[in-house]
Amino acid sequence: MMAAGTMGIVAHLTDGVSARTLAWLAALLALLLAAPWIVNDYLVTVLILILYLAYTGQAWNIMMGFAGQLSLGHAIYVGLAGYIAASLFIRFGIDPWLGFLAALPVAAACGAIIGFLAFRFGVTGVYFAILTIAFAEFARIGFGHLGIVNAAAGLFLPVAQYTHNDPWRLRGDPTMFYYVMLAATVIAFILCRLLIKSRIGYFWLAIREDEEAARAAGIDAFRYKMYAIVISAAVTSFAGVFYAFFYNNLFPEQVFGISGSIQMILGPIIGGVGTLFGPILGAFVLTGLAESLNAALAAFGFDLPGAEQVFYGVCLLIVVVALPEGIWPWLAPRLGISERSQ
Amino acid sequence: MTALLSLTGVSKRFRGLVAVDRVSFDVAESAIFAVIGPNGAGKTTLFNTVAGAMAPDEGTIVFAGEPIGGLPADAVCRRGLARTFQLVRPFPALSVEDNVIVGALLHRRHVGAARDHAQSLLRRLGLFDKRCQIASTLTLPDRKRLEVARALATQPRLLLLDEVMAGLRPTETDRMVATLRELNRDTGVTILLIEHVMRAVMALASRVLVLDHGVVIAEGAPQAVVRDPAVVQSYLGAEAV
Amino acid sequence: MPFDVYLNVAVGGILTGLVYGLMALGLSVIFGVVRVVNFAHGEMMSIAMFLAVVCFSTFHLDPLIMLVPIAAVLFAFGYVLQSSLINPFITRPEHSQFLLLVALAIIIVNVLLIVFGPDARSVQTAYALDSFQFGPLIVDATKLYAGIDAIVVAALLFAFFRFTSIGKAIRACADNYTGALVVGLNVNRLYALAFGIGAACVGAAGVMMTLIVDVTPLIGPTYTLLAFVIVITGGLGSMLGALVGGVLIGLTEALAGLLFTPSAKSMFAFGILVLVLLFRPQGLLGKRAA
Repeated sequence: MMAAGTMGIVAHLTDGVSARTLAWLAALLALLLAAPWIVNDYLVTVLILILYLAYTGQAWNIMMGFAGQLSLGHAIYVGLAGYIAASLFIRFGIDPWLGFLAALPVAAACGAIIGFLAFRFGVTGVYFAILTIAFAEFARIGFGHLGIVNAAAGLFLPVAQYTHNDPWRLRGDPTMFYYVMLAATVIAFILCRLLIKSRIGYFWLAIREDEEAARAAGIDAFRYKMYAIVISAAVTSFAGVFYAFFYNNLFPEQVFGISGSIQMILGPIIGGVGTLFGPILGAFVLTGLAESLNAALAAFGFDLPGAEQVFYGVCLLIVVVALPEGIWPWLAPRLGISERSQ
Repeated sequence: MTALLSLTGVSKRFRGLVAVDRVSFDVAESAIFAVIGPNGAGKTTLFNTVAGAMAPDEGTIVFAGEPIGGLPADAVCRRGLARTFQLVRPFPALSVEDNVIVGALLHRRHVGAARDHAQSLLRRLGLFDKRCQIASTLTLPDRKRLEVARALATQPRLLLLDEVMAGLRPTETDRMVATLRELNRDTGVTILLIEHVMRAVMALASRVLVLDHGVVIAEGAPQAVVRDPAVVQSYLGAEAV
Repeated sequence: MPFDVYLNVAVGGILTGLVYGLMALGLSVIFGVVRVVNFAHGEMMSIAMFLAVVCFSTFHLDPLIMLVPIAAVLFAFGYVLQSSLINPFITRPEHSQFLLLVALAIIIVNVLLIVFGPDARSVQTAYALDSFQFGPLIVDATKLYAGIDAIVVAALLFAFFRFTSIGKAIRACADNYTGALVVGLNVNRLYALAFGIGAACVGAAGVMMTLIVDVTPLIGPTYTLLAFVIVITGGLGSMLGALVGGVLIGLTEALAGLLFTPSAKSMFAFGILVLVLLFRPQGLLGKRAA
């Protein structure tokens, strides 16, 4: 019965996807599963960062790529969720996964508030982006003065020496974190695929393409934009919980700051906004190149704080000017992969 | 028989300008009703108030017995009143089929059922072979047909067509006229159209309303309206008769 | 708290606000004419600030003397930026333009970081600690000079747009792009000029700002956001609105810093932004955006 159900879901997911595409995906997944055995510990942490960015990129992509709403303050959901899960753990010893259950609704509610205020009052486009920045900055400064979470001095999670990997408590060596993030990224990918093929996905695309025409076709644009922001916020919230328990510290400046929000969007923009695989590809390309840059600079004996950011800026510039759709729409046809189901 | 759509005393002002001035008329079910008049007469503004793109300042608009004046565009569409745009607005990055599926999903929960319905509409409008093409690559006549298909997919009782013949060559116009006539005959969908192309108006409409400076100056059967001296003077000119 | 404390803080806030206003004026010109949302505005200002700091520390040239040269440098920078990089983006969707400038902003901030390091720098002029006394009112010399300069530059700008033929041509472009083309105005050159002027404003504001605050590479983004808050609050497309908005924000900030904690003062600016965006998106003095 369960098997039949799973087969049904798999069939629905792969409906219209060519065998070639599935082969590529399977190969990639196999590679990622085997990675910790192939590469050294340092590269595992790099891969964790890549997957983290792939995950948050996909979550952001739901709002921007699918529904067309530019959010530049997405760090607020990461920060809120992280602080809630961390505080519950520190104060009451509540396990991170339960903490996530508490953090998710809060992040979703935050998204709902921002969305309601913006969409109800007709704040769109660049003004909406500025509004999202304002909220994130508000949170950054606010949390920087919030005594219960130790304000700007930062919130630290107690790190006990672990003797074994404990995924339930998110305590363990980097390899464990790697698999958690990999699972999350895969789940997010499947979720995005399900969303884009569904009724809600079609309505989002219509709104993205032409909101007024979408309304003329009977779509309640306000409602579906709300769905987009709430779902995007909810999915992003897991990243906050992960962040808290992986880095074991939270500073309002780092976690709510605008550079965090911008880092979140670079992957999807470079990879391809609105595509399924774009955010993932973008995360790999961006971080891969950045790490190579760092390695090259280190090899030449340069220690330039800010070089990586300049690099990100240049990448963004090049993509926006020369390849506005992102790398994936350019690359996919050359690999014989089409994201459109026939 | 009560009319499907009934306007009474509808007015719309833009600051000092009265675009639509106390317009009243009824559209019978399954009729094809044309609104004509010179540019700036207020035709599209009238349409916009009916379709929900803007709210009328005065008057009532009753559709299938329910008042719809002031309702937003998506609510109006859900009630069974679909529209096309004067400057076509397909969803550019989506395929032809996906464009119509969006419309079909209004009353169908499942994408599969919506796709089936969309495909039958595409067949009817002669776009089935191009269903995988991206909408932005279509020619103008095809884009117009696509808009009609998308509007039809929402299963309207009344179809509002805003200058759907504009920019079409005579053969294309005839083809569109034939399609609309067939649709009206086969499905009984009521059609309210704004048109400048008199060839199409005469071929399609059972009733014509003439608007000038926001005011109704004539209404009736097409043959009678085109001979009306006021209409000839303000819009058609003597040669058209 | 005694009244004169409030008065002094308020006046200080107003004077600082005038400089903010000049900065926002630059953004208003750029947005009003070229219709580009300049997300690198604060970062351009930080370039001017560092130029002022370097001129002072290396050549001992007072920022007020360097005001015109540095503004000229920023003018050139803005002109070249607009004609080479931004102009092709005028027809692209809003998001693209915005992200282009976000990219520029990131590059500027971090290049400054690499060159100058993260530490704060300041300009300690001979009159840095002077103040003037007018009855109960005590005003910092630096703020007074900065405020007066801001008014002078703004007045010159208003005069330029009102009375010179180039100024009128630029306003024509802003009002009616196609019409301007039809009458034969070289719109591309006028756009570049407008961007240059906006950059010059922000350059001048930056130089004045060095008299008031410490300079780090990371303040760029803060000022960008502040400029947006001011322009949106004061009203897009209204130059007077930018000044009024600036003064308003400067005043609110100063008083908020006095009544609450100083570091939380920007929260009020954001609170105001949210309120304006929701309830009066055209701002105090603006026209409804087309």
